[in-house]
Amino acid sequence: MKSSRASTAIDAIVIGASTGGVEALGALLPALPTNLRAAVFIVLHLPRERPSLLVDIFKGKCARPVSEAQDKEPVVPGSVYFAPPNYHLLIDKGPQLALSADEPVNFSRPSIDVLFESAADVYGERLMGIILTGANQDGAVGLQAVQRVGGIALVQQPRGADAPIMPEAALKQNPGAQACSLEQLAGLLGTLANGRPLVPPHATN
Amino acid sequence: MLAQDFDIELRLLIDAIYLKYHYDFRGYARASLKRRLTTAMQHFSCRTLSQLQDKALHDDTVFSALLDYLTVQVSEMFRDPGYFLSLRQKVVPLLRTYPSLKIWVAGCSSGEEAYSLAILLREEGLLERTLIYATDINTQALQKAQAGVYALERIAGFTENHSKSGTSSSLSDSYTAAYGRAVFDKTLTQHIVFSDHSLATDSVFAEVQLVSCRNVLIYFNRELQDRAIGLFRDALCHKGFLGIGTKESLRFSSHADAFVELAREDRVFQKAAA
Ligand SMILES: C[S@@+](CC[C@H](N)C(=O)[O-])C[C@H]1O[C@@H](n2cnc3c(N)ncnc32)[C@H](O)[C@@H]1O
Repeated sequence: MKSSRASTAIDAIVIGASTGGVEALGALLPALPTNLRAAVFIVLHLPRERPSLLVDIFKGKCARPVSEAQDKEPVVPGSVYFAPPNYHLLIDKGPQLALSADEPVNFSRPSIDVLFESAADVYGERLMGIILTGANQDGAVGLQAVQRVGGIALVQQPRGADAPIMPEAALKQNPGAQACSLEQLAGLLGTLANGRPLVPPHATN
Repeated sequence: MLAQDFDIELRLLIDAIYLKYHYDFRGYARASLKRRLTTAMQHFSCRTLSQLQDKALHDDTVFSALLDYLTVQVSEMFRDPGYFLSLRQKVVPLLRTYPSLKIWVAGCSSGEEAYSLAILLREEGLLERTLIYATDINTQALQKAQAGVYALERIAGFTENHSKSGTSSSLSDSYTAAYGRAVFDKTLTQHIVFSDHSLATDSVFAEVQLVSCRNVLIYFNRELQDRAIGLFRDALCHKGFLGIGTKESLRFSSHADAFVELAREDRVFQKAAA
């Protein structure tokens, strides 16, 4: 899989984070290049009833447009979408965004697994999945779906993570996933300009 | 299993259900439908959707259990209190001007939304002149709705929501608690007609002043959303009101122009003058 990678452009990046996620994203999102072609979808677990301030937090820090995902909205390449609190975010054919109020998965709504699995279906090997800091297991199964379709699976190094449980669970479930520091991840995102073939992060295995 | 095979099997299953049971899931949003069917497959110990189709076609009890996977029965009373607050502030004053009221709660699940509206209207002194049509395709949910009985452990959440909906009265005025259950007043149920109606296959059945259809449209694709919103437009009287879920929008609908925003954040609309 890895050798064929170099020729496949990335059309979408899914990111999952929980505890400590706002800070981690604060290190990653500013690294997105101005001419990014891939769409970015983010699930960050939040206390349920609090209206999401994520868009406000990241709007000014990001070279690309940031918004809260709306149901049935067509995906615009190069845009950053956050799942709204209390709804699952899924990617449907089109590609377009879809929300659902289904039961929580892994005690979470939005759930990282739900986003990753639906995105894997739509984007296949043109997908990159990133699991960041967090104190639960959500995302581990979703990242497996990303790998199954030949996408790129990356995980924040548990050592440097604010909460290591989520990255640890993701790595345990996905031995093929690469562990990277936040700096490496930021550097990698910075190279994703204009659908240019991906420069793989330095291999840790 | 290949994703492509799954898609083929999904279409076949949905067609089979339509042909045999006349439930039409063809216009449902694919990604979440797929997810729920994957869960159903595990529940019924099927390796493929074709196996599930076999069971669903030849065993009615499997189909009725499957219906609970195909439809999502998640609800709460006074869910998103801001919505009910907006209704109180922006819609109720206009509803007062009608001598009698008809309201349609579409996709009412086990009744939480319909009872919330009935309680709100009673608090506003309007219930006596109101008839609420509450419809859904899930007949088991409709039976629960008719009974108006909810587990007591859900009441704390309902009460908190209710207290944020712009009222000083207490939710406990509307139910009696017994044996771990809250039984809602029959005087509320008397003003609600629960019935089986599908936004995918049925047509308009009454003229109403308000349609409340929350967290149903997100399960539909755009074409089916358009059908449903068209029904609402046709059911609404001149300048009638439409409320939808907090994360639903009319923006991508071909009927968007038929409505004007009344409370943007809370998704309350008014039918535009023709
Ligand atoms: C998530 S629940 C929403 C319940 C309630 N409206 C609320 O917001 O709390 C969705 C409901 O829509 C119903 N539904 C699904 N398809 C339908 C259709 N074609 N026509 C009418 N109701 C439908 C389901 O059975 C389910 O009860």
